[in-house]
Amino acid sequence: MSKTSGRTRVAVEAARSSTIRLDRVGVDIKGELFRAVLLLSILLGVVMLATLLIFVVVRGGPRLDINLFTQMPSSINTDTSGFLPAIVGTTYVMLGTLLTIVPIGVSAAIYLEEYADRDKWYNRVIEVNLQNLAAVPSIVFGILGLAFIVRGPLNLGFVAFAGSLTLAMMVLPTVIISSRESIRGVPPTLRDASLALGATKWQTTWRQVLPLSVPGILTGTILAMSRAIGETAPLLLVGATTFVRFLPESAFSGAYSAIPVQIYQWAVRPQEEFRVLAAAGALVLVALLLAMNSVAIWLRARYSRQT
Amino acid sequence: MATPTITRPTEAPLTLEASRPRIGEKVIVAWLFLAASLAVLITIGIVASLILPTIEFFKTVPLGRFFSMEPWGPLFADPTYGVVHIVGGTLAIVLYSSVIALPAGLGSAIYMSEYAGPRMRKVLQPLLEILEGIPTVVYGIFALFFMGPILKDNWPTWLPGKLGEEPGFQFLLAAGLVLGVMIIPTVASVASDSMNAVPRSLREAAYGLGSTRMQVATKVIVPSALSGITASFVLGLSRAVGETMVVLMAAGAMANLTLWPNDPILTMTAFIGRTATGDISTGGTSYYTVFAVGTLLFLITLTVNMIAITLVRRFREVYE
Repeated sequence: MSKTSGRTRVAVEAARSSTIRLDRVGVDIKGELFRAVLLLSILLGVVMLATLLIFVVVRGGPRLDINLFTQMPSSINTDTSGFLPAIVGTTYVMLGTLLTIVPIGVSAAIYLEEYADRDKWYNRVIEVNLQNLAAVPSIVFGILGLAFIVRGPLNLGFVAFAGSLTLAMMVLPTVIISSRESIRGVPPTLRDASLALGATKWQTTWRQVLPLSVPGILTGTILAMSRAIGETAPLLLVGATTFVRFLPESAFSGAYSAIPVQIYQWAVRPQEEFRVLAAAGALVLVALLLAMNSVAIWLRARYSRQT
Repeated sequence: MATPTITRPTEAPLTLEASRPRIGEKVIVAWLFLAASLAVLITIGIVASLILPTIEFFKTVPLGRFFSMEPWGPLFADPTYGVVHIVGGTLAIVLYSSVIALPAGLGSAIYMSEYAGPRMRKVLQPLLEILEGIPTVVYGIFALFFMGPILKDNWPTWLPGKLGEEPGFQFLLAAGLVLGVMIIPTVASVASDSMNAVPRSLREAAYGLGSTRMQVATKVIVPSALSGITASFVLGLSRAVGETMVVLMAAGAMANLTLWPNDPILTMTAFIGRTATGDISTGGTSYYTVFAVGTLLFLITLTVNMIAITLVRRFREVYE
């Protein structure tokens, strides 16, 4: 730098002294206040979540023993009462829901992403319907289940499979929407390459597109199932209401109960023992859901890193 | 030497047509279309299952009586059908929950999209998803056994008049507060989606002109994402209207036309849930009442959802 001429040095110094300082002077009080308000509003949700989790653990934790999972509900021996029928009932209901939503949801997603011509009016009708169904109150699906599945055309009666179908209709949009997103994420070049090699459209979809969308479909299915497993209101209408002291005969016959419905029934009783039981049931349900959600989040993180 | 001649095989002409008709492929497409159109069938099913019993209902109860100001008591020996009282209950719960959910949801969305760094977002996003994933019956227990008693024990009884009266076990404020917290993630996720859709260039231009973060958020991002934010509010309201378990468990069973935080109320959804849990005889007027209330509920949420769908489409059209 020794060769720098005098004129350059003067110019540099002049530039330095006249540069506007880009860092702020003083503290932006209004801005900091705004940031604090924003932080508070997000913390409200987070703190409430923490309070709810602690509450459920403290209230229901003491009753979290083996009896809870192996015993029938009992009004006499409340300290050994369990909710085995509800666990079995929920298993039946969820199995039926899973077997219904995966084939139908994935097929619908394939149609809408790979085959549907968006300019056709009937495809637009399907789109709008899907968006609307996703926001219909869950209890309305209960009414539909009561009128069409329990009674009416299907006439299944108050059995576990009626609950399965009702919940399936409710969570179908969730599966379709997430499956579509993951199908859309498959690069179009893969499709072009497959078609150029002489594969038919269906061969391309089945052998190239679908295998790559499996993680996304799986994530969507887990999220849909986790929504269905905690849903209470529609099940109240399609028969999971009776205080059952026995296991359901099968998915297609006999009265059934479900974990969230059992929790509700315990919670609305005035005795303290039942409220503790309800909280213990809630603890089990929340733990189950956290497990399902973490699997979904882990799957998504793993999948998004690969692509 | 004879020049080699290329003969084109006459039996297999070169063509891009499929060598054989693929009927199986057509069957598959038909099945796929059927699966997709199930969404429409479900909607038709909902409408049909609601309308037919509702017509039965209005054969015994005149429309004027349903929308009159008489009290709500369809299950009493001398039934009355003033639906205004449970519609009012729903509106009251919507009001209380939206006071919490709308500002907190919008604030969370702005924080997530404009303030939080990638690491912070990675922590907050799953937390909000878990908050959204907690079953409604668990929120119900939380409202009934935790929020309710805490508010009741610390009720400001020194307040004058009606406001100072200690509430019972089930009341509007407890259910409204918990429901409000429950809806925060719904509002936050739709609103932050629409904020993320605002092009980077707009933000950078504002920063380049010397704006602070707050100015960018309030004067550039929020106005640009306004239709999406409105949609998120509308969807949040629609969830509050349709939510059942929290109000069923924590808001009470009295069809009151009230806005006092310490009064019990009955909403449309809670009425349906409560009536369905008890023994309802098929074909009786009490059975048909469930469907009439269900129809009204469906019409209200349908209107609200259509508004939201239109708004969401608008913000997509602007930036995508």
